Amino acid sequence: MSDVPSGLKYTKDHEWAKVDGGEVTIGVTAFAVEQLGDITLVMIDVKPGDELKAGASFGTIESVKTLSDLFAPISGKVLKVNQELDAKPEMVNEDCYGKAWMIVIESRSAATGELMDDKAYASFLKDSAH
Amino acid sequence: MTTTTDVSTSPPAPLRRTSLYDCHVRAGARIVPFAGWEMPVQYAGVVPEHKAVRAAAGLFDVSHMGELEMRGHYAGEVVNYLITNDASKLSDGQALYTCACNEQGTILDDLIVYRCDQDRYLIVCNASNLAKMSAVFAKAAEHHCDFDDRSDRTALIALQGPKAYEILALAGADAAGLSALKSFHFRDAVVANVQCTVARTGYTGEDGAEIFCATADAPALWTQLLALGAPLGLVPIGLGARDTLRLESRLSLYGNDIDDTTNPLEAGLGWVVKMDKGDFVGRAALEEIKAKGLARKLVGFEVTGRGIARHGYPLQDLEGKVVGVCTSGSPGPTVGKNIGLGYLPAAMSAVGTRFAVDCRGKSVEAVVVKTPFYKRAT
Repeated sequence: MSDVPSGLKYTKDHEWAKVDGGEVTIGVTAFAVEQLGDITLVMIDVKPGDELKAGASFGTIESVKTLSDLFAPISGKVLKVNQELDAKPEMVNEDCYGKAWMIVIESRSAATGELMDDKAYASFLKDSAH
Repeated sequence: MTTTTDVSTSPPAPLRRTSLYDCHVRAGARIVPFAGWEMPVQYAGVVPEHKAVRAAAGLFDVSHMGELEMRGHYAGEVVNYLITNDASKLSDGQALYTCACNEQGTILDDLIVYRCDQDRYLIVCNASNLAKMSAVFAKAAEHHCDFDDRSDRTALIALQGPKAYEILALAGADAAGLSALKSFHFRDAVVANVQCTVARTGYTGEDGAEIFCATADAPALWTQLLALGAPLGLVPIGLGARDTLRLESRLSLYGNDIDDTTNPLEAGLGWVVKMDKGDFVGRAALEEIKAKGLARKLVGFEVTGRGIARHGYPLQDLEGKVVGVCTSGSPGPTVGKNIGLGYLPAAMSAVGTRFAVDCRGKSVEAVVVKTPFYKRAT
């Protein structure tokens, strides 16, 4: 079973969101990383100041054989982009819930309310494993 | 009102499993549908598997491939008429790589033809082309020689990598002598107590063997080779690494780099087209193509910008005009670069030519380079 830390919110596209005051940090889950394998390229197509809509693609993550879109879990203004991933995409394999965060979005109101908590996401993974 | 049957709505044929399917599942492989089969795409991961083959050895289940046999006094002539390379030059126990074309000179399949003796030839074809090639060879054999599709009875296991023959040396006295085989030669051999035919061929750019045996014997052979080879670094390899290994070595993949819309000359396979060997299917068309000059060529390229080229991505000139298409692309785990193959206009095919790959709307710089991308030290 993939690692699903508590205290984070999750999407069906296998991204996590960590709410910290007015900032929401976004990354991909251990399950996504296991599915992709060795990550060879992370392309983040937004920059600080851009407005993102929930569900919009903000970049791509690629392994040797697979390309996946990165989707914004919530709407908001991009505050930070993790530029270290340009040179070190393998960080995603090593620390997807930590150093390999992708972007930080400015949170408004309870934008993350509709996302799954760790228990809901863990059971979502279990159900989709059929 | 007339009723028509739409074949596309008929239920797809159930996926088939090789006799090694249970071995793959037990080893934790991720299984995917491929050419009508349920095949392992990876075990430990594409990159570690790729590197294991370059550094030590890997074991591949390629039992899904087709094995066709042509027997009889005229078998050699019939086979030679269907292929572009010249099988009349083969001696017993020797094999060659070739294309089979249609009358338009485009590629029906790429094959290895084995001369067992002067009256018996084995042809190995791609799984995705088995029905087509089986029909082509069966039809050509009519009234001339015997045809036998042995695919269901035959398993094929590839043992590839610099340690391949060291591992075979552990598989019994007969197998130990296999290191004397020359490239593209084969012979019958007992490997780990299993009656096999072993060929010094492969699809990875490494030294290695491709081992035919009876379908029922394959699980025992597979299990024993893995056990014997594990201390030397042998691991099972899925289709994912099989693809990156062959791409680094610029070996064509049917359905990607070559198909029935491409001809061998533009695909860089002119070396397996022997115009002077006598008539063969597609010869007239290929003569005409050659006389006219090639409009496009399959080139190897390196993506120099940030991006990974994938099958089907358009290739653009530096003005942004679409001039070609990427047929294969991926990171090359050994070469450490993002590499690809694609068709470009002949005028843009010289090494050093700069162009761009349209990676889902982004133009990413690339340059034509010499191939193979990877060549083993000899």
